[in-house]
Amino acid sequence: MSLIAFGGAAQFAAVGYVASGLAWPAIGLLTFLLNARHVLYSAALAPWFRGRSVAERALAAHLVTDESFALAIAHFRRLGRFDAIGYWYPAIVTTLIPWNVATFAGVALGDAIVEPSRFGIDVIFPAAMAGLAVGLVSGRRELVAALAGAAIGVAVSLVISPTIGIIAGGVLGPIVGLAVHASGAAPDVQGADLPNLQDVNP
Amino acid sequence: MSTDLVPLAFLMFAVTYPSRAIGLLNPAIDRLPRRALEYLQLVGPAVLAALAAVNVMVATVDGRSVFVVGLPWVSVVACIAIVKWRRSLFLGLIVAVGIAVAGRALGLP
Repeated sequence: MSLIAFGGAAQFAAVGYVASGLAWPAIGLLTFLLNARHVLYSAALAPWFRGRSVAERALAAHLVTDESFALAIAHFRRLGRFDAIGYWYPAIVTTLIPWNVATFAGVALGDAIVEPSRFGIDVIFPAAMAGLAVGLVSGRRELVAALAGAAIGVAVSLVISPTIGIIAGGVLGPIVGLAVHASGAAPDVQGADLPNLQDVNP
Repeated sequence: MSTDLVPLAFLMFAVTYPSRAIGLLNPAIDRLPRRALEYLQLVGPAVLAALAAVNVMVATVDGRSVFVVGLPWVSVVACIAIVKWRRSLFLGLIVAVGIAVAGRALGLP
């Protein structure tokens, strides 16, 4: 499943759905909703992939995850342009391969770890997401978007569901971020965070 | 090892791939106005922060979402501080896990 679907949190959830006896169409619907935030990732990556072939984009899409997105987008923003190694390295070497190796290790050794939380395994995901978010905060707008995304995500999660909350935080947080002025950086510096279209066009 | 769930893996691919591909394969993305590009640049921090916050602050109990306060908060805050201070996610994760392990050894929730 890790190679075919490569869905991260969606895979975790699917195990729970199967264990609870949920019908497959319902599993499909819930998985779609849980992964809907990838629409945002894909759209955010797209301007950097401008000029790349359809085949490369299609393959890149299969490897979009929370981790590969965060690492790649931070790299692109630092450079101000697309960098192929900057996408494929985090997507394959630091995400796809470790994920699948760890999946096999979990299948083989999982029963030996009776209580994963004792080893702090449960905090790795949220800590990694928070740390990756910090890496993307380069100014006031990003900070406000992150704080708003977190607050909206938690609030909507409590009222509706965590899946919808995460999507709401991801959609509405940036709108709140856009409402504030960019931090003290000069306009040309602020623009450096956007794709340099001359560099990414063939 | 059972292969009963392989069709489920293909089902999951079918429902997850379109959401990953819709932006990357959509030619209209090339004509987005600058304001839309600025919005997309803020998506990363917002989604990742929402993922982290919901993961440590919200738990599902009997089908209902409840607000929780616990040791993972300390771990995540420590990780954020270390990433900000040392620019090292690896070090941040080590400290976060260390806090969780030590805290639970002391009986903290």
